[in-house]
Amino acid sequence: MAIAETTHAGHGDHHGKPQGLARWLYATNHKDIGSLYLWFAFSMFIFGGVLALCIRAELFRPGLQFWQPELFNQFTTLHGLIMVFGAIMPAFTGLANWLLPLMIGAPDMAFARMNNWSFWLLPPAALLLLISFAVPGGAAAAGWTMYAPLSTQMGMGMDLTIFAIHIMGVSSIMGSINIIVTILNLRAPGMGMMQMPMFAWATLITAYLIIAVMPVLAGVVTMVLTDRHFGTHFFNAAGGGDPVLYQHIFWFFGHPEVYIMALPAFGIVSHIIPTFSRKPLFGYTSMVYATSSIAILSFMVWAHHMFTTGMPATAQLFFMYATMLIAVPTGVKVFNWIGTMWQGSLSFETPMLFAVGFVCLFTVGGLSGVTLSIAAVDIQLQDTYYVVAHFHYVLVAGALFSLFAAIYYWFPKMTGRMYHEKLGKLHFWWSMIWFNVTFFPMHFLGLAGMPRRIPDYNLQFADFNAVASVGAFCFGLGQLIFLYNMISSIKHGQPAPQQPWESADTLEWQIPTPAPYHSFVEAPTLEVGENGAIKSMHGGKHH
Amino acid sequence: MLSRKTHLGILGGAPLGAAAANLNFQTPVTQVARDIYDLHLLLLYITGSIFVLVFGVMFWAILRHRKSAGHQAKHFHENTTVEIIWTVIPFLILVAMALPATRLILQQKSSAGAELTIKVTGYQWKWQYDYLDQNVRYMSHLATPQDAIVKTAGRNDNYLLEVDEPLVVPTGVKVRLLLTANDVIHSWWVPQLGVKQDAIPGFVRDTWFKVEQPGLYRGQCAELCGKDHGFMPIVVEAKSPADYQLWLAAKQKAAAANADDPNKVWKLDELKARGEKVFSQNCVACHQANGKGIPGAFPALDGSPIATKDKPAHIDIVLNGSKKNPAMAAWGKQLSDTDIAAVITYERNAWGNQTGDVVQPSEIKAARGGKA
Repeated sequence: MAIAETTHAGHGDHHGKPQGLARWLYATNHKDIGSLYLWFAFSMFIFGGVLALCIRAELFRPGLQFWQPELFNQFTTLHGLIMVFGAIMPAFTGLANWLLPLMIGAPDMAFARMNNWSFWLLPPAALLLLISFAVPGGAAAAGWTMYAPLSTQMGMGMDLTIFAIHIMGVSSIMGSINIIVTILNLRAPGMGMMQMPMFAWATLITAYLIIAVMPVLAGVVTMVLTDRHFGTHFFNAAGGGDPVLYQHIFWFFGHPEVYIMALPAFGIVSHIIPTFSRKPLFGYTSMVYATSSIAILSFMVWAHHMFTTGMPATAQLFFMYATMLIAVPTGVKVFNWIGTMWQGSLSFETPMLFAVGFVCLFTVGGLSGVTLSIAAVDIQLQDTYYVVAHFHYVLVAGALFSLFAAIYYWFPKMTGRMYHEKLGKLHFWWSMIWFNVTFFPMHFLGLAGMPRRIPDYNLQFADFNAVASVGAFCFGLGQLIFLYNMISSIKHGQPAPQQPWESADTLEWQIPTPAPYHSFVEAPTLEVGENGAIKSMHGGKHH
Repeated sequence: MLSRKTHLGILGGAPLGAAAANLNFQTPVTQVARDIYDLHLLLLYITGSIFVLVFGVMFWAILRHRKSAGHQAKHFHENTTVEIIWTVIPFLILVAMALPATRLILQQKSSAGAELTIKVTGYQWKWQYDYLDQNVRYMSHLATPQDAIVKTAGRNDNYLLEVDEPLVVPTGVKVRLLLTANDVIHSWWVPQLGVKQDAIPGFVRDTWFKVEQPGLYRGQCAELCGKDHGFMPIVVEAKSPADYQLWLAAKQKAAAANADDPNKVWKLDELKARGEKVFSQNCVACHQANGKGIPGAFPALDGSPIATKDKPAHIDIVLNGSKKNPAMAAWGKQLSDTDIAAVITYERNAWGNQTGDVVQPSEIKAARGGKA
């Protein structure tokens, strides 16, 4: 209540938004900050995408056509870093900012001013990465994994990257603290933990993962920094260090990071599939437990990224078994989504198309993941294009498709207008087709023996590389459909009703559309079913 | 359905004379590689069936349970029996996959009983092979000329997968590799042998293979190791034991004959000619054929103060590496006195650097004096 009254008093009688640049610079409103995150993530997605197209242009034909190998390595490195830390993670944080308070009946995020800071740290970090292309020696070129001792060889671009990672780490830790405190403390009366929407569960668990592993990443890049400049030898055998130690620490961060980018996606589709199946989510309780067990298991599998470093057989076996085990809870989730669709009354608006596309393609990535988990076979596949195919199925068709699904699904609630349905469907089918044209052939390239991160290749790999490059450029162009749809619909879209989807039943659909600038300044009293389904709502004020 | 012979030519006429694209692993030539091949096929069948089965159900729902087909939603939302079944069955499938995988891992890891041990050292960006008990040691460099990479001329089917000196091994013999690296992590990978092992600076790891048929088997470095990561291939030449012995004898004889007299006094032209070869094998990747380097990353030698004036500094940086830039290796560990003398002489007399300086092997020996 105290928070609500301060917010109220601060804006006088009009309850109007602050105007101009100040609204964004000094933003403390979760909706404004959510929008900032989302636009930032989209611009990073474009930046990272252009880097991807630079890579694919070079790989269109054998030989070196456009870039020197060193610059090519800078592109692959920055493409990875920007997509992971600049696009996908901020996009999920942005969605959480926008939606969590609406879904659980909170007036805002728990720490509104810290929220401002966690966003505004991101642009300087992105700037560091951007200008690193212009410093002597160019940007970091050791791959997004920045393995030592290669990363200790780099020029000052590496230092800029390390600082950027520090800053982004601080930002995401603060964002996570905010999410955890908001979910644990600001739920409206009547919404217990086991009634929370799956999206809240997924972001809660993700936030814990971020707090657990971002400091580990910050630590390991700091060790690289001190190895580079301050005479330490963490990763230098000549000084008593061990290069493989870097990989252990990095992947102790890196594997949970995979789920940091996947769990929120699971949460999103767990709302969209029930809505468009006109049926409640199948197996809500087992979904919560499956999500938690994936998160816990993710801490025990890191060395499956390191099967070729020459670990003892027992270590290989342990990490192989533990990795395979993740398939069980992941399978449960997929079965639950299909169980939700079974005997439903399905319709296929754009959010549902992206959600179903997500389930199909994420499963392809999951099954190639099972293949990769088998250490004996991974020996042949490690560091090949098979791995590139695998993680793009999980991250593009997984995380990115779920983000598109979420944006289309909540667009009416955020803007008060409907997006253009035909363009949305075009965007889906266009992305679906060209995504597969781009990434499916990479499985074959990897099987046939093409290593990843090479700027030039033997002629036997030419055909599939040409196909993948054509696919990538078409996929990239298709994202302009999305941009156009968003901008034109924000300005000229049809006004949206409060309930645009017939059967969406979570709390955000119980309040006016677009969501009032200050929603739930007074908490409502709720009666809630599983997955945040609202049975009745009393009270609750908005401005 | 997916036999080892299955090939697919797409895009009609394959561009640039490329071989038809392969859809599976390369043809295995060792027992381990064959086992990997078969295990992968088994996994492919299992995961493929799961995909078809699971998404068969989903697409049935998509087709039949549509609102537009007038289907009414049934409001069930849990079923404990079903949920237990679809937790237990995947678990059992995983156990079935883990059994053959475990057997194969133990086999891959058992390097005991090897009859030939070869030390492999990864350098940026070449491999060194050291036959520990036979006293044979040599470097293996990419043999594809720079011209073929930049232009299309002269590309053959082994483009980027050809070396000047392959690793030669006898057939039917268990060969153990001891791998390490000089600078950063590399990874020694030959798909047809079923072997991939990281080479880690400061540590020694091992792996093994036993080739059955004579032939040439090609692979590449698989771990990003800097600028020319894509340009450090591996070629293994398997010879019959008799042919291998002939090769080994010839190699040992050649090594003895090529040993340079450390006290020989060389002429400028001789040293320059030899230095040009050393430069093209070791220095050209960074400093470039025209000696201009790559601005911002790798310094130019053409006109540089060290390469035109300060001779002791020149010898020092080649022998011991650069203190400021870790990308400049200490070549003293890799090259002979004569090779170092030759390449320094070449650098002081190539491009615009017409100093006329001659650096003799004895000077390198003297410079090593304090350090070795």
